Amino acid sequence: MTPAPDRPLVEVRDLTVEFATADGTVRAVDRLSLTLEAGRALALVGESGSGKSTVAAALLGLHRGTGARVTGTVLVDGTDPATAPPAALRRLRGGTAAMVFQDPLSALDPHLAVGDQIAEVHRFHHRVSRRAARARAAEVLDRVGIPDAARRARSRPHEFSGGMRQRALLAMALACDPRLLVADEPTTALDVTVQAQILDLLHELRHETGTALLLVTHDVGVAAESADEVLVMRHGREVERGPVARVLGAPAAPYTRRLLDAVPRLDAPARTPEAPPKGEPLLEAVALRREFGRGRKAVTAVADASLTLHAGETLGLVGESGSGKTTLGRMLVRLLDPTGGELRYRGEEIGHLDERRLRPLRRELQLVFQDPASSLNPRRTIGDSIAEFTPRSLDETATRARVRDLLDRVGLDPGRLDAYPHEFSGGQRQRVGIARALAAEPRVIVCDEPVSALDVTTQAQVTALLADLQAELGLGLVFIAHDLAVVRRVSHRVAVMRAGRIVEQGDVAQVYDTPRDPYTRGLLAAVPALDPALADERRARRARHPEPAGV
Amino acid sequence: MTRYLLRRLAGAALVLLALSVLVYALFYVLPGDPARLACGERCNPAQIAQVRAQLGLEEGAFTQYLHFLQGIVAGRSYSTGTELVRCDAPCLGLSYQTDQQVTALILERLPATASLALGALVVWLLVGVGTGLLSALRRGGPTERILTAVTLAGTGTPVFILGLLLLMLVCAHLQWLPFPTYVPLGEDPEQWAWNMLLPWLTLGLFESAKYARLTRSSVLETLAEDHIRTFRAYGAAERTLVTRHALRGAVPPVLAVSAVDLGSMFGGALLTESLFGIPGLGRTLIEGVRRIDLPVVVGVTLVMGVFVVLAGVLADLLHAAADRRVVLA
Repeated sequence: MTPAPDRPLVEVRDLTVEFATADGTVRAVDRLSLTLEAGRALALVGESGSGKSTVAAALLGLHRGTGARVTGTVLVDGTDPATAPPAALRRLRGGTAAMVFQDPLSALDPHLAVGDQIAEVHRFHHRVSRRAARARAAEVLDRVGIPDAARRARSRPHEFSGGMRQRALLAMALACDPRLLVADEPTTALDVTVQAQILDLLHELRHETGTALLLVTHDVGVAAESADEVLVMRHGREVERGPVARVLGAPAAPYTRRLLDAVPRLDAPARTPEAPPKGEPLLEAVALRREFGRGRKAVTAVADASLTLHAGETLGLVGESGSGKTTLGRMLVRLLDPTGGELRYRGEEIGHLDERRLRPLRRELQLVFQDPASSLNPRRTIGDSIAEFTPRSLDETATRARVRDLLDRVGLDPGRLDAYPHEFSGGQRQRVGIARALAAEPRVIVCDEPVSALDVTTQAQVTALLADLQAELGLGLVFIAHDLAVVRRVSHRVAVMRAGRIVEQGDVAQVYDTPRDPYTRGLLAAVPALDPALADERRARRARHPEPAGV
Repeated sequence: MTRYLLRRLAGAALVLLALSVLVYALFYVLPGDPARLACGERCNPAQIAQVRAQLGLEEGAFTQYLHFLQGIVAGRSYSTGTELVRCDAPCLGLSYQTDQQVTALILERLPATASLALGALVVWLLVGVGTGLLSALRRGGPTERILTAVTLAGTGTPVFILGLLLLMLVCAHLQWLPFPTYVPLGEDPEQWAWNMLLPWLTLGLFESAKYARLTRSSVLETLAEDHIRTFRAYGAAERTLVTRHALRGAVPPVLAVSAVDLGSMFGGALLTESLFGIPGLGRTLIEGVRRIDLPVVVGVTLVMGVFVVLAGVLADLLHAAADRRVVLA
């Protein structure tokens, strides 16, 4: 069933997808049209809830049998996935269009060997023996860069790293020789250096096989790296579409401009301290260590980390997953006890204080978590959650007044103090988390990935709020994040962590513009550029100098 | 793995020790005089005192308990008034009523209980898992609604009512089977199986309800997981998804619960044994309690404890074997 040569591989006209919910019908996709020619790459970009993943699912007919109402026409290589008979639909799925899913740990069957899963999918579309299918699985695993592929094909998904699982999912797609790859946030769960490797691999494979790509992403940088064309979506509708260089370089729609303005950039001017910090540091760590486990099984999570934090200063702590940044952050507020080194708070050694003598200082050292949804008690009103940290001396009326004041301060409606966490959006919940930390009147707040779960426009608002509060209250902030661009935007100074050690620290401008450590250079080179021409150039450079971080 | 086993077994020994103390303590709180019961209705106080001395009831509770532990580890000797009886380790004591060694009594009763429990296991795995799988496959349809109703009724029906209904229907009304009497496996395997059929069905069907619901919910839960979506998006047929991928997710919980159920059934399925007159551990325990026969009660309770604890270890091992992500430590 090959289409006429002049016919695009994917044709979507007036696609509308509606879901029935308890609160009425939600229109996730609203009269969207798009075309994708064979061999081309289109990125659907938008924030959460924009309907981009719903479009991708419609291309494979994944809404069938789910109760979603799909109208409009979708044609993939001449087949309509919404109405095709089951056999034709199964041929389309994987055979013509293969989906590369996000969050690769849950996207593979945890009970079966990776190679067997790829072989199984291969056999859906090719009449070959089990043995031939296994050989094909090893072949594609090798092609996506899994070392010792024939042996590793027998491993189960949990024995693979995150990057390897994402490679395996790409291999699964390759095993069926599809004409179209539909990739839904294929690199969102990965570290930046691994993300760069996967995007480079995707680029290489497309170049080799001529497969078309429909890429769904919230990350404009990822779109710039991988697509020819961009379609910006919001509320299920098209905002703007065009060649990637034009849309990202000279956006026509106001929303696209706002979206691009909110994206933190590595080339933005660095934040300079209002007044250079002087005098005694607020918090000082000297050769701080933390080991987990004992004897031969001991793991050193943080080794000899030294840093200082002054009042009114933000120290960024960046590193990839497992680098020890969260462990260090928790030690700085003594949620974890250091196993070595010293921690001084306003000149006093607190690293080894017992709990009773530490108690009075606890209020002054606060933590803001990544996921406010799970760090707020869902069965208590946000007012109650915040009030728990207000001074005990206040009576009930005074406490409520204080909570209202705090909510107002973090930009929430003070009247909503009796609402529950689920009634708030992700960004609002993070504001609640900040209000809760402020309730204790702290001098130091360690923020652990405070904006990584948020959309870029919300991210920009929350980081701006943190900066305002800091200027007003003279807080010392430690900002932990894996996103180098965000850290650059909010920090005065930055420390780069790798494998439990701080490999480099200094002023933001110095570390980002003239990094001394090769690992820092590798990290910076892996961050997707917003300019496709620059992305090509950097990809070429990466190909010549493989990552020092190579995972 | 070896360290895990050693640790679990050490823990199990502690649990059993605590259990034996508890049962001993309970027994001394209960009213009734074992010596009077053992001696019979027409004993005079002097005779009762003599029996009391013979049974070792003169000694303090703590000393009695220490002797009991000694018997398990090293064996002990008993005087029946005229002769000395040697009871080898593991000695659980002599029955106050029959002077029979409790260890021998338990070994004699165990095969009947084991036959019942293992047969029931087969029934609930076949019927329970099958029903659960079918209702997961036909979710939303009339088949599922009927199966849900049947399993709900099964969960709600006490096992002796279910057993009586089966007896009335199969033996009395349809006369397909004779009323069951227990025939040991060693004597006549065929008769053993025919006579055990109804008890197996009763206990197995009663337990099936739970397994059907467990299987159904595990399969549906697995079907909602992301990796199922992956295979659907690659063209897997619905049947392949359930049998090859979703069923696998249901195996670990079913195995874990089965092992624990089997363990407690080895301690005797009291009601089923009583209903069908199976001379198993459950009936032995009930008789022991009624006659205040301390050695029998403590012995059977300890053996039950052993099986429940071992079943727990077995459940963990099976879980680790069924799901390779589980690490035993």
